[in-house]
Amino acid sequence: MSTDHATDAADSHTQAADGKFGDYGGQYVPEALMPAIQELTDAYERYVVNNEDGFMDEFRQRLADFGGRPTPLQRADRLSERYDCELYLKREDLLHGGAHKLNNALGQVLLAKYMGKDRIIAETGAGQHGTATAMAAAHLDMPCTIYMGERDINRQRPNVFRMKLNGSDVKPVTAGRGTLKEAISETMRDWAASVETTHYVIGSIVGPHPFPVMVRDFHSVISEEIRTQTREQTGGLPDAVVACAGGGSNTMGAFAHFIDDDGAERSSAKNQSGDEPRGRVDLVAVEAGGSSLAVDEEEGVAPNSASLSTGDEGVLHGARTKLLQDSFGQIMESHSISSGLDYAGVGPELAHLVDEDRVTPVAVDDDAALEGFHRLSNTEGIIPALETAHAFGYLEEHADELSGTVVVNVSGRGDKDLQAAIEETEARDVPNAPDMSMFSGGI
Amino acid sequence: MTEGGQSAETRRSDGAAANSEIAAAFADGPAFVPYLAVGDPSYEASKAYVEALARGGADVIELGLPFSEPIAEGSTIQGAIVRALEGGMTPELFFEFVEAVDVDVPLVCMTYYNLIYQYSNDGDSEARRASGANGTAANTGPAAFVARAADAGISGLVVPDLPAEEADPLRAACDEHGLDLVFIVAPTTEGDRLESMMERVSGYVYVQARLGTTGAKSDVSDQTDRSLQRLSGWDVPKAVGFGISSGEQAERIVASGADGIIVGSALVDIVADGVDNDWSTAETATKLEAKASELADGANRGRPTPTTGEE
Ligand SMILES: Cc1ncc(COP(=O)(O)O)c(C=O)c1O
Repeated sequence: MSTDHATDAADSHTQAADGKFGDYGGQYVPEALMPAIQELTDAYERYVVNNEDGFMDEFRQRLADFGGRPTPLQRADRLSERYDCELYLKREDLLHGGAHKLNNALGQVLLAKYMGKDRIIAETGAGQHGTATAMAAAHLDMPCTIYMGERDINRQRPNVFRMKLNGSDVKPVTAGRGTLKEAISETMRDWAASVETTHYVIGSIVGPHPFPVMVRDFHSVISEEIRTQTREQTGGLPDAVVACAGGGSNTMGAFAHFIDDDGAERSSAKNQSGDEPRGRVDLVAVEAGGSSLAVDEEEGVAPNSASLSTGDEGVLHGARTKLLQDSFGQIMESHSISSGLDYAGVGPELAHLVDEDRVTPVAVDDDAALEGFHRLSNTEGIIPALETAHAFGYLEEHADELSGTVVVNVSGRGDKDLQAAIEETEARDVPNAPDMSMFSGGI
Repeated sequence: MTEGGQSAETRRSDGAAANSEIAAAFADGPAFVPYLAVGDPSYEASKAYVEALARGGADVIELGLPFSEPIAEGSTIQGAIVRALEGGMTPELFFEFVEAVDVDVPLVCMTYYNLIYQYSNDGDSEARRASGANGTAANTGPAAFVARAADAGISGLVVPDLPAEEADPLRAACDEHGLDLVFIVAPTTEGDRLESMMERVSGYVYVQARLGTTGAKSDVSDQTDRSLQRLSGWDVPKAVGFGISSGEQAERIVASGADGIIVGSALVDIVADGVDNDWSTAETATKLEAKASELADGANRGRPTPTTGEE
């Protein structure tokens, strides 16, 4: 079962055996963590790359039985009509837990077991990675501690409760603005003290090598399925794949098997039957444009999380990548309406693919994301996560660039965001929102 | 993952420091190496505090250049860094501080790699980007940072998030300007990693007393003894840090073979108390000086005499 994905012709995307993607990546961590990172690199190569002891087989089986994979690829009828293209939704919101996050969490917790570790720690922003890790830890019977920024705890109460229900300990992080950046730093501090017994399940394609490649590999099942499913349903491959990007794990998961694809099977290439070269499958990473792409150097605040579009190269949380930082190199406080995109960095592989012009970064602001949230909800009957909603904001703002078959990765469902969506919708003038009057005074 | 870079660089196992001042500070007995974050809680106050540490018997002083994401620090030093950043500390102010502070012991800059990587001596980060990614250009990145540090009077650097594997550009810049590059040896560092690190280290090796982040602790781990044992074949000075807070601990660590002790959080705690209780700068400085004397005296008491094999 694990061999199908290894033999797919398009699997030869950047392997980065040395942990470098061009100049990005690397292992910028305190010395105390280096032995653990080397041990993890070794385990990644043995179990994930080489399927030793049938690790990948067990992983795939558990993703099916516990996670519910494969997730559907569904044609979005109203949106196809609206944008005059064949629009398909990759339904990662239907994965157990309600987001793509379980692919990675289950993979890493299982790997920790194979490595003989007896404790799991993780950071979480929106709480989606935390809930996925808590579920995976409960499923595999591992004790688990989750660090979460205090501000995010307040934005994501139900997810905090879900983690606790699954038996995880949730530790609030009060440093800085109390969001994902601070939670990652705090989890790294725990790891520096507990590294001999503990595995750190990082939540996106960020951090020191081997995390970026390993997390990508666990999520690459998304693009593997998209290939199979678009072939089945349309007779070819998509012309474009669109995904939101915070750290970029759902993004790289949806892109991985298309990176090196020559595009010969693109749907529009077939339909046109001409031999004009169509080029490779377009890959669009939609970032949080927040309230503005401008930056307040004085305050050290970037009111967005658009590190791919506006960031500069630097070193954060173990990797060299594109960052929101001031001219001295201090990391800025980022902002997004969605806590899962609210991060000043981005995965080094994605930064590299943007520099190589293989991935196109696009920023979508808070307002457009909220409109996207309402549009998918009221046209297709799917309430997306606010993170995912950015991808639907992109469709609306770039409608004239869409053609052929377009796949959007629906990275998560919006149940966790309902309270935030009520407040944000009431606070803004959202043209496509329902009548909000019955919510005044709270729900 | 090391870039095949096992170039036959000079083995530094003889402890030959690039910077003779640091070597001298370790040469005459155990060295007391205190740490404070520069600018905590203000430029002027921290100048008085650093000068108090020198009066209290510091042999080398580690000056923290505050970075917004200090992943190796526990809550005490995180607090210092937040206060310093809120007080307006920047890399350029830090170098001005180094030029202005009135002490005559060697100063070591402790910071995180992004501040070195982003450093531009014309205050323009665009220049760094334009001149290439590796910071090899003279006016940006590690080369520019080290040149400015050397010019200001810094003798060495400690960069906790820069493992030996990624350190070559900074190592080269330090060699060029005669600065020492101090590496941290953790309780988990052994075998080939220890070898390659000991070949690249200069000045002193920072022996991390226990796993975890910085922070004062009442017990001093027996991981320290094991680390000192592993390092006993190398004659680069070994300074132990992470958790030391009292003269007795300093004594015991020097007695078990350390050439120096590094103390941060126990001193930062005093600065924090001063902020919380509205002490005057002079009052806080007096307490810092007293604590420094206690630690320096403890270290001196622990110096093993040649005749006894004391435990
Ligand atoms: C539903 C959903 N989508 C996307 C993201 C962003 O993460 P990444 O960019 O790693 O896919 C998150 C993060 O919490 C999320 O919950």
